Amino acid sequence: MKPGEVLTAGSAPPSRAACEAMPPVVQVEAVEKVFPNGTHALAPIDLQVHEGELVTLLGPSGCGKSTLLNLIAGLSVPSAGQLRLWGSAPGAKPQAAAADRRLAFVFQDATLMPWARVNANVRLPLDLEGMNRLAAGERVRQALLLVGLAHAGALYPRQLSGGMKMRASIARALATGPNLLLMDEPFGALDEITRNRLDADLLELWWNKALTIVFVTHSIYEAVFLSTRVVVMAARPGRVIGEVAIGEPHPRSESFRVSVDFAAHCRRLAGLLAEASAGGEPGG
Amino acid sequence: MAESTVSRLASQYAPPVAVGMLLLALWQGLIVLLEVPKYIVPSPLLVLQTLLADWDLLVRSLFATLKITFIAFALAVVSGTLIAFLFVQSRWIERSFFPYAVLLQVTPIVAIAPLIIIWVDDTQVALALCAAIVAIFPVISNTTLGLRSVNPGLANLFRMHHASRLQTLLRLRIPSALPYFFGGLRISSGLSLIGAVVAEFIAGTGGSSAGLAYQILLAGMQVNIPRMFAALLLITVAGVVLFAAMVWLSRLALASWHESEIAAEG
Repeated sequence: MKPGEVLTAGSAPPSRAACEAMPPVVQVEAVEKVFPNGTHALAPIDLQVHEGELVTLLGPSGCGKSTLLNLIAGLSVPSAGQLRLWGSAPGAKPQAAAADRRLAFVFQDATLMPWARVNANVRLPLDLEGMNRLAAGERVRQALLLVGLAHAGALYPRQLSGGMKMRASIARALATGPNLLLMDEPFGALDEITRNRLDADLLELWWNKALTIVFVTHSIYEAVFLSTRVVVMAARPGRVIGEVAIGEPHPRSESFRVSVDFAAHCRRLAGLLAEASAGGEPGG
Repeated sequence: MAESTVSRLASQYAPPVAVGMLLLALWQGLIVLLEVPKYIVPSPLLVLQTLLADWDLLVRSLFATLKITFIAFALAVVSGTLIAFLFVQSRWIERSFFPYAVLLQVTPIVAIAPLIIIWVDDTQVALALCAAIVAIFPVISNTTLGLRSVNPGLANLFRMHHASRLQTLLRLRIPSALPYFFGGLRISSGLSLIGAVVAEFIAGTGGSSAGLAYQILLAGMQVNIPRMFAALLLITVAGVVLFAAMVWLSRLALASWHESEIAAEG
């Protein structure tokens, strides 16, 4: 398979892909990243994410999927190529006119402030923006309600389980009312049962809130269950080796996990990953 | 509930208290048994008697020493914290000045105290300065480390939300630094007392502002060994109380969230 070739599996992409006529939310053109120590983290990469999509970046450790996400978030700068969010450069301070173009990031760890209660943690982005306390408080209440933590606002992070911490972290991201949610292996450290539960809840949120999500994972099952489209990446150097559209209509139920289609998608992705690692590691 | 608190305190304090009593009894017994003269080693009971007999004198001296200690401690904490804030402004500032902070730390205070006492007219100020020099380093190094020990994920979060320098300082750097800062305070409080006593030894100031070090010096010259021991006892007790106060302060500030202060559950 040639790099960048698009595989279409299953039925047509979901109906919300009608938005494809609009400019893409994320546009990555020939973006490269070389770290100061000489590591070629990303070979030239092209990627487009359209409004309403849930795109996962799937690949082994070291394939540059987190690097790509950080570039999109504006946390680091590409060494070459062009990156646009809603048609403009990332990392720029959002203007009042662009209030409907907000981006939020959910990290690998919950990264909650241990000294602050859940309420204050979720309110942090709003405080930094200078939103008045009353409005911010209402936003926080709504966000906690959305992630099922309405009762936990007064607790400290250490009093939460791993899954609840991640929920709080997602609530913090949602509090700002983002349109684009970037998630870097958010559930990677959780047990599988909790992870499945959070995946299902995230999918529901995405569907109800009409979010656009770019989700990084190394779990094939998670990628198939969540995505409208899976972008498969390989390491040394980090590159895209293929894309698989997951045509299963939304909302998806748990029964999708045990369906024949689900297994077929998993097999195809596993095949792509195996092919890449066989070619990428001579003698290995 | 109250009973369990009592038994918890008992199990915490009973063993060291028992050991202390045992050692004191042994000490007393040996002195009596071997008929050791009091100008070599006094018995614990004699030390206690001397402490009560010389109470006014010794407590006045204790307060003089504590005054120097507190001034030095305040000086060390305030200027040490300010220096730490300066250091984290840029690596360049830290690289340029940190070696001099180390220099301050490794220079024996007994070597520079005479100079300071000559240069500064007011003896009290000179003594406080000496003690502050001894006590300042843990504050600088711990607070600097703390201000730098920010969770990188949280730092990214602040950056993504375009937090100002001041917001990042108040909401992220200072709370992150607090556990380290309190660690510095614990060490520094003890060093302030040691610094004050050492400086008094060197200055050797008597009169109304004579500290415990002077009483020890004087008692030594008069071969009044029991009084030396009594003064020593007061210094030790003051040090322990100072340390306990810092522990309490740290618990007050961090109990709700920091691992070091959270009682083990279950």
